Amino acid sequence: MRRVKGIAGRKKRYVAVTAEFSEDGQLQPRAITWDDGRRFEIDEVRACRRAASLKTGGDGLRYTVRIGRNVTHLFFEDPRWFVEEKVRE
Amino acid sequence: MEPCIPAYAPVASLPGAREGDRAIAHVDMNAFYASVEQHLHPELRGVAMAVAGDPKNRHGIILAKSREAKACGVSTGEAIWEARQKCPDLVVVPPNYPLYLRYSKLSRKLYYRYTSQVEPFGLDECWLDLTGSLAFLGDDPETIARDISERVKDELGLTVSVGLSWNKVFAKLGSDVDEGDGVRVVTRENYRAWVWPRPAGDLLYVGPATKRKLATMGILTIGALARAKDELIRERFGVVGGWLQSFARGEDASPVKELRPGTWDVEREVKGVGNGLTAPHDLVGEREVKALVYLLSESVAQRLREGHWRARTVSVGVRDKNLKGYSRQVALPLPTCLTSRVAGAAWALLRASEPLDELHPIRALHVRATNLVDAREPFQDDLFGANERERALERLEAAQDALRARFGNQCVRRLSELSDEQMAPLDIKRDNIIHPVGYFGG
Repeated sequence: MRRVKGIAGRKKRYVAVTAEFSEDGQLQPRAITWDDGRRFEIDEVRACRRAASLKTGGDGLRYTVRIGRNVTHLFFEDPRWFVEEKVRE
Repeated sequence: MEPCIPAYAPVASLPGAREGDRAIAHVDMNAFYASVEQHLHPELRGVAMAVAGDPKNRHGIILAKSREAKACGVSTGEAIWEARQKCPDLVVVPPNYPLYLRYSKLSRKLYYRYTSQVEPFGLDECWLDLTGSLAFLGDDPETIARDISERVKDELGLTVSVGLSWNKVFAKLGSDVDEGDGVRVVTRENYRAWVWPRPAGDLLYVGPATKRKLATMGILTIGALARAKDELIRERFGVVGGWLQSFARGEDASPVKELRPGTWDVEREVKGVGNGLTAPHDLVGEREVKALVYLLSESVAQRLREGHWRARTVSVGVRDKNLKGYSRQVALPLPTCLTSRVAGAAWALLRASEPLDELHPIRALHVRATNLVDAREPFQDDLFGANERERALERLEAAQDALRARFGNQCVRRLSELSDEQMAPLDIKRDNIIHPVGYFGG
């Protein structure tokens, strides 16, 4: 696995998500709430497809989302959501 | 009227294919249970690990093992203590069947993107007939097989090995032999060189007994079986011998059956419904044995009712503490889906054939209902019998089923099922696993 400076690895972290069902039944995440209460609004959903998280284990619908300048993955494992949390060195 | 022939023809098939040859893939998930556990628990990756039953319930055998455990010599079916002798650091995790079922379903859903002809063979194996899909997928079968393999890895995080051939038997052989996540293509050009030198035991439906029998005739390889005289094989093995020879010669023309998702998930044309269990402790005496007979029959009859069947035959299988076993069966006077009738017949069979005393403890039991008829079809009722009573019992058991559907299988129980503390909490129906169907079944 590719090593990133300052990051020891990734771990699976379940998060609270505010999501919206559109008229045609599409599920769109709108915001992620971290366990310390911080809320991150999702600015853009760039892609959505089924995928496995090879870094942390688990799989589901993978949303590629942009939060500010950062692009990250948010997984819908049905019924839970998780992210690949960075573990600092 | 002229038959309607599709305007397209397969764009490409396997090398050396004859006209009318199919392109069949057999997709096999490698070390399925172990791979699912490793996928969900990254800390188990790269570790010698195995999925094994609970030794306390005497189910302590290895069900699946990781590549690392295999390298230590751990094999499926051996006891945990045997495996630990070979590999002291072996990490053992308990099985999680609902999870494996989920991944099995997800994988099949993925295969449906390639073809509607998907025939499951157990939880982790499927045949896919790609012939009709080649035109719209626009690729050769090997490229499609690689695509399937990559997608399973990408979407589910699991590895599969794919065998590709013009018949189901060689396709399965291809995926069985290739243990990595590769694609093995068996064509009319290479099968003599690749399939025929393999041991006869590798062939589908050649088990240890057939293998021994073949060996006594000097037939050790698949090629030798293919070249053997038809009469010789037929004389020794009967009709089955003919099938085995056609398998070995690549002449198997059985179709990949289309799965209708509305019917049962794995088994399409159900021949029988059965449940078996290795008891948590040896069963001694009538009371303990009866408890298990009723527990098993309860699940069997409930599954009969769910599938809208009635059974005409009930059979029981017994295994003693030395792992010796036999089975007995009885025809019922009337087809039934009632727990009391199935259990009554099974119990009567057991009492007739087993001493049920302390000198003859029972290790495992199996209850099976076969010779099924559709419960919605009319049948000849007993002209002088207590039909009203049967109908009343059916209504009673339907009411119990409705309660169980809402509150779980444990909510209504028979007293006889509760007499054994260790067995009482078991929910046999919930934990029921459907194993591969017979190749000739259905």
